[in-house]
Amino acid sequence: MSYIKLVDVTKKFGEVIAVNNLNFEIGEGECFSMLGPSGCGKTTTLRMIAGFEDIDDGEIYAGDKTLSSKKRGYYLPPEKRDFGMVFQAFAVWPHLSVYENVAFPLKLKKLKREEIVQRTNDALKHTNLLDAAKKSPADLSGGGKQRVALARALAINPKVMLLDEPLSSLDPHLREEMRFEIKDLQKHYGFAIVYVTHDQSEAMALSDRILVMKLGVVQQIDSPLKVYNEPANKFVFSFIGLSNFLNVSVSDKGIKTKDSGIVSYPKYPIDDALKTQKDIVLASRPSEIGFLSEGGIPGILKRKSFLGEIIDYAVDVNGAEIRIQKGRKEPGPNTGETCHLDFYHPHWYSCND
Amino acid sequence: MNIVKKPGLSITNIILFISIGILVIFVAFPVLLILFNAFFGGGTLNVKDIVSVVSNPETYQALLNSVFIASGTTLFSTIVGTFFAWLVTRTDLPFKGFMKIVFLVPFMLPSFIGAIAWKMLLNPRAGYINRFFMDTLGFSDPVFNIYSYLGMMLVETMYLFPFVFIQVSGALERMDPTLEESARISGAGLFTITRKITIPLVLPSVISGALLIMLYSMAHFGTVAVLGMEHGIFNIPTLIYEKIHASAGNFQSIRTATVLASVLIISAACIIWLQRKVLGSGKYQIIGGKSFRPVELKLRGLRYPLLFICLGYIAFTILLPTLTIFLVGGLKTYGLPFTMENLSLANYHFVLFEWQLTKDAIFNSVTLGFAAAVITMFAGVMISYVLVKMKVRGKGILEFLGVLPFSVPGSVIALGVILAWSGKFGINLYNTVWIILVAYIARYMAFSLQANKAALSQVHDSLMEAAQACGATMGQTLKDIVLPLVRPGMLSAFFLIFLPALRELTVSVMLYSPATRTLGVAIYTLNEDGETVYSAALAGIALIIIVLGQLFIKKVLGAKQQ
Repeated sequence: MSYIKLVDVTKKFGEVIAVNNLNFEIGEGECFSMLGPSGCGKTTTLRMIAGFEDIDDGEIYAGDKTLSSKKRGYYLPPEKRDFGMVFQAFAVWPHLSVYENVAFPLKLKKLKREEIVQRTNDALKHTNLLDAAKKSPADLSGGGKQRVALARALAINPKVMLLDEPLSSLDPHLREEMRFEIKDLQKHYGFAIVYVTHDQSEAMALSDRILVMKLGVVQQIDSPLKVYNEPANKFVFSFIGLSNFLNVSVSDKGIKTKDSGIVSYPKYPIDDALKTQKDIVLASRPSEIGFLSEGGIPGILKRKSFLGEIIDYAVDVNGAEIRIQKGRKEPGPNTGETCHLDFYHPHWYSCND
Repeated sequence: MNIVKKPGLSITNIILFISIGILVIFVAFPVLLILFNAFFGGGTLNVKDIVSVVSNPETYQALLNSVFIASGTTLFSTIVGTFFAWLVTRTDLPFKGFMKIVFLVPFMLPSFIGAIAWKMLLNPRAGYINRFFMDTLGFSDPVFNIYSYLGMMLVETMYLFPFVFIQVSGALERMDPTLEESARISGAGLFTITRKITIPLVLPSVISGALLIMLYSMAHFGTVAVLGMEHGIFNIPTLIYEKIHASAGNFQSIRTATVLASVLIISAACIIWLQRKVLGSGKYQIIGGKSFRPVELKLRGLRYPLLFICLGYIAFTILLPTLTIFLVGGLKTYGLPFTMENLSLANYHFVLFEWQLTKDAIFNSVTLGFAAAVITMFAGVMISYVLVKMKVRGKGILEFLGVLPFSVPGSVIALGVILAWSGKFGINLYNTVWIILVAYIARYMAFSLQANKAALSQVHDSLMEAAQACGATMGQTLKDIVLPLVRPGMLSAFFLIFLPALRELTVSVMLYSPATRTLGVAIYTLNEDGETVYSAALAGIALIIIVLGQLFIKKVLGAKQQ
């Protein structure tokens, strides 16, 4: 069942369109990530859901409540939206203790004293902060501060939690740990998560669905597996992992690069729509390319680096660099040798993507 | 850095000794002399004597007045400064960028010139505003008497509130907006956020600015000298001045002056300590990472009324007094109405080109300011270099001495150099221009240290190590790497000293002789002697020099930054 709903949402900053005609729904208890490079409009979208930015067109709903509507000229301020939110720079208040930070939203709700105490302690317990309750958040580490921010956001038991790159100020090893903590909290409290990040592995690990954005336009909304295995276009493909692109021309018999013979690919047929274009792009992950003794697409090995468990090859194919990664025990060519590449899991995209 | 330790005097030790020497001779020695004279005046510690000096009604009243006027000024300035800072950073006030610059203008203007202008406007009998109300509108009594505690507080507030304004608007701008946004999403409205989050977070900045004003106002000479003295209202610096001037060298007067100065030194030290404590509490690291613009309060219907209030404030506190100075400076005789036939440029011509006294004053101020700025700039670079970059034993002493210039008010320095350089210790500079120069160096050392320390701490050690790794000697590294990088700091130190020194009054008024009047002293004494129109004309010229100087700096430093 969908809870948050965005309909034709558009946001402009002056002449620049930051978010263009956005439509999506987020279910109750779902973890939904918005992924994209900086400036793609993901944070702006989150801030429109939170209410910090008004919208220039469209409507945003939560449940049966309207949050923003351009048509009706309606806008509910952030303090009335009942969301929890966690920011990148922690944003815990240094003049209040950890306990007071977490109790702040509850006090504003004018709850009974016992209930405030009970719910604050509950939130502190689930974020492992009970021992630090009396401390100043300034004395906590980065991870500790972010836990305070999480506890404060979930104290009011919100139906939706808005997370704006909450882990990117943390050390890499802490980041992974906190991911699981957030997941555990979600399981316990059952809130939906709207998660903004530019880190694709973070999005994959956490989310039920991922939205990939570029320059304010949605590129794909799918499950992490689908986004990874079937990227909707060249941009999504390149953003989601290490990627190789090769310009090729198509004919009935198969494909060819500028210098190679025609290579046929009967097992992975090309979309009919793409077949009508003469030049298309072959996209492939480094782990999905093999070396053949002959045939395939020819290239010259430029560099071979031993990375421990894997070996990284850089092959020059008509001026394009193709990266290939193989296990350290698998055989491979040596630097300077001509090799033959087999793209055994290719993706085909139009040149214009 | 790997410096091989050599026994005896290394270059680093020599630099350290010179640095310590400069601070001891120019700052520590005069201050110690004051404290020594105050506490051990008769040879031994004599508490009874100090008590009798302090409990003398005249001294006691001056102490009270200093505290009272400073408290009022601090209160008003904090309210005004915080309000305007909030207005230009957190609301959608029109022309915010312009208003932000305009609110800093009072910083440039010397407050004793402002006091002279307000005397012309609000003198109970002859002030233009009072006359207008009584003659034209038929009021039976003057609307405001500027020769009052409230009058002095308000005049000081006009020129001091930027201390709070700068601190608070800076804190509000640097503050991470998500601190307020997270309160909003927690359910707090703008009023609650302001009360529970924003104000507590900027409170250290507010307090720090307020303490600066307290310190400045307690030791402030000009306004009280112009508006209080002839009506029997003295504060500490004006009483010190009175004691020194009334009784050239009389033992009891010097003693009273040193006791008063000691009170200033001690309260200044307390205030500086308190301010560092408030600002230093690392609890308030509120500068955040990536952030959007802070939430702006929509003033809606109040936008233009509030803009009007701001503009009105500027017009009343900056334009009106300045205009008064220039108009009075153009009058044939003070008291005549401002009509075309009464106004001319004759006075300006006279003080600029004909009158030896004023010509000398301008010349003295320019040369003194220039000399003090150059000397202090170079001394400051050297001392800051030792403080920031050198690892050498004995630096602790220098660090302690380095704080001293920040906490010694001008009137204290003037008294200190009189005690130190009047022949008692073999050198007599009294009544020469050199004693003013020595005092200026002590007074402005803090500015130079601040600017140069900031510039030097930007130069990371690795930049110098990289130069040495490339084969540069210590000397070459200093010349080719460090100096070019700290040059902006030196330049700003120069102007930070040169401009205030041009309009300086507090120090030079205690040290001048008929041949060594500075610009500030000339304006002040002419005004005291009733030469009001010449005083105003000279003040007008001083204002023009100050504004031109400020524009010049902006141009030079602005060009350097690009």
